[in-house]
Amino acid sequence: MTLTQDVTAGAGAAPGKLTDLFQLGLDAPICLTWELTYACNLSCVHCLSSSGRRDPAELSTAECKQVIDTLERMQVFYVNIGGGEPTVRPDFWELVDYATAHHVGVKFSTNGVQITPSAAARLAASDYVDVQISLDGATPEVNDAVRGAGSYATAMRAMQNLHDAGFRGFKLSVVMTRQNIPQLDEFKAIADNYGAQLRLTRLRPSGRGADVWHELHPNAEQQRALYDWLVAHGEQVLTGDSFFHLSAYGSALPGLNLCGAGRVVCLIDPVGDVYACPFAIHENFLAGNVRAAGGFESVWRTSPLFASLRAPDTGGACRSCGFYDSCRGGCMAAKFFTGLPLDGPDPECVQGHGASALAAVSGSATPKPSVDHSHRKVPVTIGRRRPPDRGCDESPLAGFAAG
Amino acid sequence: MRPEPFGALLYHFGTRRLSFLKNQRVLTVVRSLADHPSARSACAAAGVTAAELPAYTRALSALADSNMISERTQV
Repeated sequence: MTLTQDVTAGAGAAPGKLTDLFQLGLDAPICLTWELTYACNLSCVHCLSSSGRRDPAELSTAECKQVIDTLERMQVFYVNIGGGEPTVRPDFWELVDYATAHHVGVKFSTNGVQITPSAAARLAASDYVDVQISLDGATPEVNDAVRGAGSYATAMRAMQNLHDAGFRGFKLSVVMTRQNIPQLDEFKAIADNYGAQLRLTRLRPSGRGADVWHELHPNAEQQRALYDWLVAHGEQVLTGDSFFHLSAYGSALPGLNLCGAGRVVCLIDPVGDVYACPFAIHENFLAGNVRAAGGFESVWRTSPLFASLRAPDTGGACRSCGFYDSCRGGCMAAKFFTGLPLDGPDPECVQGHGASALAAVSGSATPKPSVDHSHRKVPVTIGRRRPPDRGCDESPLAGFAAG
Repeated sequence: MRPEPFGALLYHFGTRRLSFLKNQRVLTVVRSLADHPSARSACAAAGVTAAELPAYTRALSALADSNMISERTQV
């Protein structure tokens, strides 16, 4: 009998039992993702929140502080702040300070644009703030193709500043793609060089990611290579528990092997909408809004959507598969945004059941994101001006003589 | 430390590690540690039998190893 379990050392210590407890949900999330703004200086091709432009209805500073008060009361241990690029909010540091002063730990994700030497020094001085620098290629060529020109240099400068300020153990966060899986050892070397810890996460077909998923997601051989690499590196490398679908290869990876959507995690988006998970920004997974009566606490405890996610899982089409106890059917969002049924195999099922299911999905069956804040692409014409077809295209008063 | 229907969750801000107490009695033991001269006495007060004691010893050792609990400073 084990009476305690450390989740980061969870493999082998009766994970099945704990998974069963978590399956039914917790009184409050362990952590939650909070996207503070849809504004972003970048336009990553795989952005899971389709960020770019600020939403005029984003929560005000006062409303954000009310949310933090609620999280403190519910004893949520920490929030993963993201966006968009959260540091572009003028009140970003004020909110970080408010959260930590109210016993809510903060881990925030950034592309590094605002991690100046002085910001790095400030971060290094706090025990309650952790930073994740996003980088999706170990070389500028691979990274900038996905995250945009100059983004590799920005991330490296931010990591240098954190290192120079004495911040040890910040996270280097990488979304695994077909293009960067061959660079796993190089990512580890970069993290080691800056005194950072490597964190690898799964590419989801969410947001703009749906548009590029088929070109970017790892192929079957790469998934196997990634699994072997993760097993070899164990707890040195974090994964946000996002590769539990790979557990069907053999032994479970460290961490929770369970979809935590609505059970142990959720997402608050910039306008206060609460979704089941950060990868499911779609009206089908919208549980409520923190601005409504009762606030976040009421959404977490009484949302019918969350109640349904906490109901015992039947396994659906996967129930007859011998690996179901390992992978639990994989990622809900990955299934949804590739047009697969939620009670069937994950599109990247390592037993190959997803590939055959995907082949049967027609393009028109995949759901479209219901929220999109991408930068508008305004076509710009450079060159000689075309003469106007009519005089009034130039001036509404064309042809009228001054009288 | 946050109580849950199955026991409790513990989070350490320094190490950023999360641990679980899997039943109510181990939660009672952990909560009462500060009021007892020894872990053994805290277990006894919570009704842990001699047969159960090894499991509780392992649980408390694991918590001590991950710095979730520590020896109190002598005053």
